[in-house]
Amino acid sequence: MAATSQRDEWSALSDLLAIGSAGFLTILGLILAMAGEDRVMAFHGCLLFAASGLALLYMLTQFVEEREPADTSGYADGVIRAGVIATVFWGVAGFLVGDIIAWQLAFPALNLDLPWTNFGRMRPLHTSAVIFAFGGNALIATSFYVVQRTCRARLAGKWSPWFVFWGYQLFIVLAATGYLLGVTQSKEYAEPEWYVDVWLTIVWVVYFLVFVGTVAKRKDPHVYVANWFYLAFIVTIALLHIVNNLAVPVSLLGTKSYIVYSGVQDAMTQWWYGHNAVGFFLTAGFLGMMYYFVPKRAERPVYSYRLSVIHFWSLIFIYIWAGPHHLHYTALPDWAQTLGMTFSIILWMPSWGGMINGLMTLSGAWDKLRTDPVIRMLIVAVAFYGMSTFEGPLMSIRSVNSLSHYTDWTIGHVHSGALGWVAYITFGALYCLVPWLWHRKALYSQRLVEWHFWISTLGIVLYITSMWVSGILQGLMWRAYDQLGFLEYSFVETVEAMHPFYIIRAIGGLLFLLGALLMAYNLWRTVRGDQPVDATDQPSVAAAPEFRPGEYTAPAE
Amino acid sequence: MSWGKHDILERSPMLMFIGILIVVSIGGLIEITPLFWLRSTIEKVEGMRPYAPLELAGRNIYVREGCYLCHSQMIRSLKDEVERYGHYSLAAESMYDHPFQWGSKRTGPDVARVGGKYSDEWHRAHMIDPRSVVPESVMPGYPFLAQRKLNYKDIEAQLKTSAIVGVPYTDEMVENAKVDLETQAGKNTADLEAFLARYPKAQARTFDGNPNEITELDALIAYLQMLGTLVDFASFDESGPNLR
Repeated sequence: MAATSQRDEWSALSDLLAIGSAGFLTILGLILAMAGEDRVMAFHGCLLFAASGLALLYMLTQFVEEREPADTSGYADGVIRAGVIATVFWGVAGFLVGDIIAWQLAFPALNLDLPWTNFGRMRPLHTSAVIFAFGGNALIATSFYVVQRTCRARLAGKWSPWFVFWGYQLFIVLAATGYLLGVTQSKEYAEPEWYVDVWLTIVWVVYFLVFVGTVAKRKDPHVYVANWFYLAFIVTIALLHIVNNLAVPVSLLGTKSYIVYSGVQDAMTQWWYGHNAVGFFLTAGFLGMMYYFVPKRAERPVYSYRLSVIHFWSLIFIYIWAGPHHLHYTALPDWAQTLGMTFSIILWMPSWGGMINGLMTLSGAWDKLRTDPVIRMLIVAVAFYGMSTFEGPLMSIRSVNSLSHYTDWTIGHVHSGALGWVAYITFGALYCLVPWLWHRKALYSQRLVEWHFWISTLGIVLYITSMWVSGILQGLMWRAYDQLGFLEYSFVETVEAMHPFYIIRAIGGLLFLLGALLMAYNLWRTVRGDQPVDATDQPSVAAAPEFRPGEYTAPAE
Repeated sequence: MSWGKHDILERSPMLMFIGILIVVSIGGLIEITPLFWLRSTIEKVEGMRPYAPLELAGRNIYVREGCYLCHSQMIRSLKDEVERYGHYSLAAESMYDHPFQWGSKRTGPDVARVGGKYSDEWHRAHMIDPRSVVPESVMPGYPFLAQRKLNYKDIEAQLKTSAIVGVPYTDEMVENAKVDLETQAGKNTADLEAFLARYPKAQARTFDGNPNEITELDALIAYLQMLGTLVDFASFDESGPNLR
């Protein structure tokens, strides 16, 4: 009895807190909308006002209607379903913008000579949409799924998980509309201005609390390896984000700010952030995904516990040092460049430790590569991870970097990681999650997964091979000398030489986008509950747990 | 090695959190913090001065349009780059850049020393329609810059904020920001001398060919025309710590 009333008190307190914060944010939004010194700030004030006003109204209706309290005994899956939908939506949006800017580079007239559509504003839209909107939603959704299942505990907090979800979407919208309207602080992958950074920090702290709060409620004394990676991702991203974005706003009612660092210190801080956005957002977080979905889908335990311990600690320790390889031969001191290069090469080992652990999880079940396109997607993702974590250390070697830096080779390298690893592991996880979360017996169509796999693989191959050729070609042309000892090519001749490769790349991107659209269609039909067309071809693990034959067993713990 | 020891961390998320925090902090601390007091990264080089108000406004447009995504401002110490673009970039040359604009991709050429390389008229034509002067260019056109009046009502606050983060703008510079901006754009000549005393080597004229108003194009060209012109490399002493 005492316990119940205490729980009621806690619940009332959390309701009060949630409503209070929403009320506060609504007022803040109104103030910014009315008093914002530039139009973008006023517009973003309106967005904040509308978003928090709607949240406030929704919460209030929950009390007026005096509904039966919702069932809070099972897992909190609603927020994960929302996250899955957001992941697919932002993925398609991000790939689309990416392909548009790829065509712009081949045919500059497509920039339309307008401020809102030029490459310089669209490119951050693309990178933020795919990294933070697509990747971020995938990470938040899967981490909420994995942490509940592996801890056998419901997500901590009543409103907080939903705040994380909607707060994160608001962050994306503020950042994206800001770029198109010309609000950016010009730090790559950290373009949002100071007030959007503050907002993301708040959302991220709540995310951390929800995650850790859930881990604290776990039924099993051990914390499963996937959660280590998710935890390292959440903690380190917070650290990187805050340190890299320290800035002084020109006015509290305006968008513009000046970063506290300058020149070489800013460059080093930025690439410490930038490379570890790759290391912790796009690697550690997605490795958490790998450590749950690969063993789960393959129905095999993780290959080696010891390897996962070694690779976890060495990966997070070494990654942090790798940033200076973005600054070879610049005004950054030599010793820092050398440290960055050395640790980047060492990083090859823990990266491949993770790859081996993922690939070998399939031992004894290699036949599934042939029969289950979802596991093939997951495993090919790990293979691409291995390839790009080999290419990365290679490109960090100073003499290689002197050729590759500033060229498309870097762009190709990023995309072999982003399309091959990040997107594929996410696609695999989405194909697993949708039937599981919506209680379906199978995916709508496994054949469409096959089509998605092959179309997008072809797209990736076109993308990275064309970028290898254009990058190396341009790097060589820049440094070519004629017989008399003069530079052989003017800069614009090297631009002209890129044209055919830019077209091939844009076609590759188009294929990748097509594949994602096939996925969106397939998942939508699955969610709608349409009769699967080839349920008998699909493995039993494709079904939601309650539809699987035999006893339900926990994953690879 | 006993694997049982790791069990302690696996059972305590708190310890694991602390462990992660320690492990990920080391690399950054060792690589970043020394840069704030090493001589080669904080030394001053003769000629460097803060941006004049119009140049700063132009720089903010450069940032706004995402120019850094295709143009670097960092000439590496490689033979072909030095021959193509000029003396390799010094740390001191971006010491007043909040944030830095070194860039990471050269879809277009490096612009660290583009100042004085082309005429204002070339820049004008190039910004309005890049392919009118460079037929093979893939740069977007920015015709709207010439039509938009520069908004500089908060230019004093811009300088003041820059001063807070460490750019040595004096009170005098902040107070005169508006006048200096108009002077540099060729709007008045009465304060030219005082302006040039505050910002040596600054170039004052109508940059966009339209003397009637100060446009965004004025500011952007003023910024581009000063890039890399401050340090005189004929008299620069290479034996300093900048020699890499």
